[in-house]
Amino acid sequence: MTTPIIRINQLDKSFGTLKVLDGLSFDVMPGEKLALIGPSGSGKTTILRILMTLETISGGHIEVCGEQLYHMQKGGTEVPANEAHLHHMRRHIGMVFQHFNLFPHKSVLDNVTLAPMLTKGEPKAKAEARAMELLDMVGLADKAKSMPSQLSGGQKQRVAIARALALQPRIMLFDEVTSALDPELVEEVLLVMKRLAAETDMTMLLVTHEMGFAHEFADRVLFFDKGRIVEQGPPDQIFRNPEHERTQTFLRKIIAAGHRV
Amino acid sequence: MQWDWTFVAEIMPTLLQGLKLTLLITLLSAIVAAALGLVFAIARRSRNPLVARPVSFVIEFIRGTPLLVQLYFIFYVLPDVGILLPPLVAGVIGMGLHYATYTAEVYRAGIENVPKGQWEAARATNLTTRQTWVHVIVPQAVPPMIPALANYLIAMFKETPLLSAITVLELMNQAKSVANSSYRYIEPMTMVGVFFLGMSLVSVVMLRWLEHRFGRLGK
Repeated sequence: MTTPIIRINQLDKSFGTLKVLDGLSFDVMPGEKLALIGPSGSGKTTILRILMTLETISGGHIEVCGEQLYHMQKGGTEVPANEAHLHHMRRHIGMVFQHFNLFPHKSVLDNVTLAPMLTKGEPKAKAEARAMELLDMVGLADKAKSMPSQLSGGQKQRVAIARALALQPRIMLFDEVTSALDPELVEEVLLVMKRLAAETDMTMLLVTHEMGFAHEFADRVLFFDKGRIVEQGPPDQIFRNPEHERTQTFLRKIIAAGHRV
Repeated sequence: MQWDWTFVAEIMPTLLQGLKLTLLITLLSAIVAAALGLVFAIARRSRNPLVARPVSFVIEFIRGTPLLVQLYFIFYVLPDVGILLPPLVAGVIGMGLHYATYTAEVYRAGIENVPKGQWEAARATNLTTRQTWVHVIVPQAVPPMIPALANYLIAMFKETPLLSAITVLELMNQAKSVANSSYRYIEPMTMVGVFFLGMSLVSVVMLRWLEHRFGRLGK
């Protein structure tokens, strides 16, 4: 029996008086492709940001690759994780952002090689060879010397995917990665992600409004509302035969807005 | 009153000596302002209110009072409490401190100008805090600061005559002393003006180039 790669247990998160996540618990198995869907403000992006340690948590526990993410043992008792522990844990996780967040002052190639060279001490030649492989995989090997400002949104996002992959994380987080793109550029990014899902055994968590893609991509779909999981299951069940009324309403609205399922 | 070129030639060495000191003061004060400004900017960003508050107060206090008054304080009042500074040192401290409150603001704006997403991307690629500053934040924050910093450098240069008030023998004071001893003002004062104008024109051209090269803050 395999053990979960991510275990979220009674997770709470508040921003001031606003409760964003409310006693949330779920597990993710290694290699699983998870789609997190739900209305805006339902907390799905917050979960990814918490897993990337871009936020703090208000309560509960998260275990990643068998270790506590936000806690550590000190003299036999559990204390909040310090920066060194977070740094140690972050090597398991990579993230792709809605707005790409490429380093604008560095070339495409340098964007991909920077972190492996700094955080893993990889020699330049090795980091660049691997970066070129990854850029080739996302179809941008010919743009290696370009600056991010010379790329289209879809190209930027593919570079961002290569940058995250360069660190060889076991878990990849995709936060609405096509939401900031012009409609005609969405497909090229989704294609890269499909290939990635097919060719690697990485665990992937995807927050998206692209229901068609979620259906095709995910092994399991989690529907969130108000910081809780309302319903979860295989994509066929959630999209074709949702049990919960809130899921049905949400999907109806999405379809009415012109998204295909 | 007649313009006398021989008198100009005669006082030129003295004036050039003053100019040299003026340039030295500008350079030293600029270094103090650049370094101290960074300290102010970082202290003001501190999460500890016991650090951030007093520093903010000091900055507002320095900005809210004239440089001339501050120079008098440093040079004429501090000796009363046992701190006796040579004129040049007092001048450099006064100018440097005064302009540090302005460069601090430039640094702050430059750092805040770097989008939050850059910090997050650095964190997501697991860079340490130091690596984030060195490889991600500073390279993006500094270029837009350069024109603004250069602007303050020019402003500082033109304020150096204030130091004549605390007996520093910079360009203005040298001109004043030759004028006072010869009773001829037109040549020394004109030459002071010409020197400052010449240097300013050169710096304006350089500033235009810097703005073109690095862009402006808050565009």
